Amino acid sequence: MKPNQTLEIIPLAALLERVGAERKRGARLVQICATALPGQFELTYSFDIADGLTSLRVHVPDSDPRVPSITPIYACAFLYENEMHDLFKIKVEGINVDFQGKLYNTTVKYAFGDTKPPAAKPPPAAATTPKAAAPVAAAAPVTAATPVTAAAPVTAAMPPN
Amino acid sequence: MARTIIPFGPQHPVLPEPIHLDLVVEDEKVIEARPSIGFVHRGLEKLVEKKDFSAFVYVAERICGICSFIHGQTYCQGIEAIMDIPVPPRAQYLRTVWGELSRVHSHLLWLGLMADGMGFESLFMHSWRVRERVLNIIEATTGGRVIFGSCKIGGVRRDIVGDAIKDTMAALDIIERETREITQVFIGDNSVKKRLRGVGVLSRQEALDLGCVGPVLRASGVSQDMRQQGYAAYPQLDMQVITRTEGDSYARCAVRCDELFQSLGLIRQALVEMPAGEIEVKVTGFPNGEVIMRTEQPRGEVVYCIKANGTKNLQRFRVRTPTFANLPAMLKLLQGCDLADVPVLVLTIDPCISCTER
Repeated sequence: MKPNQTLEIIPLAALLERVGAERKRGARLVQICATALPGQFELTYSFDIADGLTSLRVHVPDSDPRVPSITPIYACAFLYENEMHDLFKIKVEGINVDFQGKLYNTTVKYAFGDTKPPAAKPPPAAATTPKAAAPVAAAAPVTAATPVTAAAPVTAAMPPN
Repeated sequence: MARTIIPFGPQHPVLPEPIHLDLVVEDEKVIEARPSIGFVHRGLEKLVEKKDFSAFVYVAERICGICSFIHGQTYCQGIEAIMDIPVPPRAQYLRTVWGELSRVHSHLLWLGLMADGMGFESLFMHSWRVRERVLNIIEATTGGRVIFGSCKIGGVRRDIVGDAIKDTMAALDIIERETREITQVFIGDNSVKKRLRGVGVLSRQEALDLGCVGPVLRASGVSQDMRQQGYAAYPQLDMQVITRTEGDSYARCAVRCDELFQSLGLIRQALVEMPAGEIEVKVTGFPNGEVIMRTEQPRGEVVYCIKANGTKNLQRFRVRTPTFANLPAMLKLLQGCDLADVPVLVLTIDPCISCTER
C-alpha cells in the first residue's frame, strides 16, 4: 500500500510561517522526526488532514543546531522538541515547556546526535596481514580495556530471518 | 495554601511500567503535573544502523509486548511501500486477523488494569481471564503468545487453515459471550459510572489541539481511525469508526468496550472471506527511498518514519508511538483534578511506556 503523502523541503527561515499555514488550514501535528546526517540535521514536520499527510523538511548545520520552537503554533509539540534536544542536541528556541534536558534520563547524552560520516571500513586483515600472523592475533588475551561490544557483533544474537 | 510536590511513579501500583510524574498539589487539587520519562529508554531506533533491514522486523516487534504484531506489521508495510512489494491478499487478511486479535487482548488488558485502578478486583481478574482465551488463539495460530514473529517483509510466515479456522471461530463465540458480560459491568455498573463519568473531560477541540490519537481522540467525538486509510484487508471489510461525544473517562472506556466487539467482528469477517493463495512473496534487493507509514494500534495511530539509502542498513528509523502523542492530553487532564483521580486519569489514556521508551 502506497500511503498518500507529500514532502516539501523548505528553508529554515520559512518554517514558522509554513507551520502556521498548516495550523490555519486545520491540520493536526502528526510527528517531528530528526535525523543526523553528515554535517547537518534533517528535521521533518508532518501534518495531517483527512488522512492525507503533508511533511515539511528543514536542514540545520551541526555546528550550531538551532531551530525556532513551533509550540506557539502547536502547543503539543513540546515533547517532540524536548526529545530533539535530549537525543540530538538540537537547541529549540522559545519552547513552551522546556525540560532543560531532563525529559529523557538516558545513560548516554545526546545518543542520536552524531553527525560524523560513517568511518570507512578497514581493509580485510587477510589482504594486509601475512597468514602466519593471524593465529597470534587471535590468541592475544582480551584486556580490561578492550570494549566488549567491539568483540561481539550485535547481529550474532539475532535469529536468522 | 502551600504547594506540595508529590512524586507519582516510576514505581506505583497503577503503573505497570515506569513513568514519573511530579504532582504539584494544593490541598487535594493537582495544579500541575511534570513528567519524566526515559527510565527504560532502549535506543532501538539507533539499532537500525547495525541490523540488516530484513532482520529489523524482530526489533520492531519488540518495541512493545502488547501491540508487538502491529509494530512488526507497520515496519513491514513501510519497507514494502518503499520497495513496491505486492503482498499477497491472503497475507493481508492474516495480518488483519492477528492485528485485531492484538487489539482485543490489549483492550482486555487495559480494562483489567482500569478495573484494578478503580479497586474493582474481581472485574480485573475476569478481564484477564477472557484475555487468556485470546492469547490461546494467538498461540494456536502462531506459536507465540505476545510476540508472534509471524510478520515478514513480503507477507507472513504462517497460515491459518482447516480446523484452526473452525477452532478459532468457536473460541471467538466464547470470547464474545464472556466479553459482553464484562463490558456490561464497565458500561452499566453504577459504581463504575460514578468513578468515571465527568472525570477528565476532554473536548473535541482540546483533543485535536493536543494531538490526541486513538480511543482518546474518538471518545471526544473525532472520527479518526488509521484503519480507514485502507491498509491490510481493511478496505474489503465492513468497518465503522466508533466514537463517543462525552470526552470523559467513561467515554474512553466505552469506546474501548465497543471496539472489542468491532474487532471480534472483523476477525470473523476476515476468516470467512480470506482468499486462497500464497502467503508471501520473495524479496530481493535493498530498499532505497523513504516513507511515513501509519497504522492503528490499540492505543491509536503509530507513525513509522523509514529512510533507506539502498544498503542493507536503513539510514533512519523513527517511531512515534500513540502514548507519546497522548501524553500532552494526560498532562492537561491532570491539571486541576482531585489527587484521588490521578490513577484513573493516568490509566485512561492507556499508557504504554515500553512503546514510548523505544
